[in-house]
Amino acid sequence: MIKSEEELTWKDLEVGCVVSAAGNASQYKTGDWRSLRPICDKTKCIKCGVCYIFCPDMAIRKTDEGYFEADLYYCKGCGICAQECITSCITMVEEEE
Amino acid sequence: MGERVGIEVSLAASEAVKMANVDVVAAYPITPQTHIVEHLSQLVADGELDAEFIPVESEHSAMSVCCGSSAVGARTFTCTSSQGLALMNEIVFIAASLRLPIVMLLANRSLSGPLSIWNDHSDVMSIRDCGWIQVFAENGQEVFDHVLFAFRVAEDEKVSLPVIVNIDGFVLTHMIEPLEFWDEDTVKKYLPDFKPVNQLHPDKPITMGAFGMPIIFTEAKKAQDEALIKSKTEILKAWKELGDLVGRYYQPVETNHLEGADTVFLTMGSIGETVSLAVNELRSRGKAVGQVRLRLWRPFPFEELRDAVKGVKRIIVIDRAISFGGPGGPVASEIRAALYKERTMPAITNFICGLAGRDVTPDDYIKMYEKTEKMTKKKVREEDYIIYGVRE
Repeated sequence: MIKSEEELTWKDLEVGCVVSAAGNASQYKTGDWRSLRPICDKTKCIKCGVCYIFCPDMAIRKTDEGYFEADLYYCKGCGICAQECITSCITMVEEEE
Repeated sequence: MGERVGIEVSLAASEAVKMANVDVVAAYPITPQTHIVEHLSQLVADGELDAEFIPVESEHSAMSVCCGSSAVGARTFTCTSSQGLALMNEIVFIAASLRLPIVMLLANRSLSGPLSIWNDHSDVMSIRDCGWIQVFAENGQEVFDHVLFAFRVAEDEKVSLPVIVNIDGFVLTHMIEPLEFWDEDTVKKYLPDFKPVNQLHPDKPITMGAFGMPIIFTEAKKAQDEALIKSKTEILKAWKELGDLVGRYYQPVETNHLEGADTVFLTMGSIGETVSLAVNELRSRGKAVGQVRLRLWRPFPFEELRDAVKGVKRIIVIDRAISFGGPGGPVASEIRAALYKERTMPAITNFICGLAGRDVTPDDYIKMYEKTEKMTKKKVREEDYIIYGVRE
């Protein structure tokens, strides 16, 4: 089983901290950089996907219902989705402790 | 056994690098290291050494090239001094954290300013905590032996760390000495082919030098610290095997005239030979004086040092660099720290001398001893360090 970063001890690290497995950037939690969180008002959303296209981190997913929502594990809260949203259905709200 | 020849130490060092059959040399010429680089460049140009000689535009590039070449699995050598080391500083630390077994000869020279090309240890002390294995040589033979030792230890799969061999600028680099070359069979027995622990290769891609977030950085540094501490086992083994092959047995801490000594000089590098003359003279005058030489600077040989000075009442530590506004010379600070927990800690007198090539003769060391003896008798509280011979 692969340990999470929180569980890794110094003995688990490879010599020189090389990264020998490909594709593990997906484990990198950038969500904790966020100070603003995108909130989507579904009554205004037209499911156009502009937010999905503009998200620089590909942190927006399409849900089964066809809406788009931010994956908060990765979303850095940059606000580009809110800026670009055609119907202004996304608002950025302060992250609270 | 090899041949005994009279040769300039810089050229002998280059010949040792050739015997190690390096793949890449990346270096920028700087006094007093120049002859080493020039000679290696000549050996490559003449086809005597099948290696890439990369004439970089700066030391920063030299060490960067070294990291790249070592990462792809090439046996890699570089060489510098003083300002050159200062310029490569950034990458020196990275080489150690990436665990790249690069070998560097450091022809010790003072750091500017005032601008100086002469010998002291201020350059190496500026990178004390860079994470490389660091050893000091005292004469030409030791330089030759330690080039091969350095590759052997660096590339050991249990070590995989870069190694600096310190050789005093001019005093060693430009000295012509009779020394014994190894024959090829001995080199082959001692130094196996380089098999990198990690290698950049298209068949099995890996990432080196990745970002380390706060959640992992502490663990990365702990692993690096442990690797350096544990390298001592392989260092001792490599010295033992070297001794078995060529008859010269090196130790992390070497001693001279310790029998019944109440006072010992502690030195690092070529001044050890000068001090040994002073010790002989003082012994002939009936003084119970001995000498301790630190060969291994990193990892610091705590146990060996404690064993060596057991029962000694006073250590006169000779430093070749100043820690401005600090507690004394860098060597003395570490000796004090290393012995602090001992039940009977010897008194430590610290002389800083021989800065930027100023001559320090056996007579000077005798004077240092006499000054120390006087202070001991008067029971004065000593200064933390004394800059010897400074004109007041």
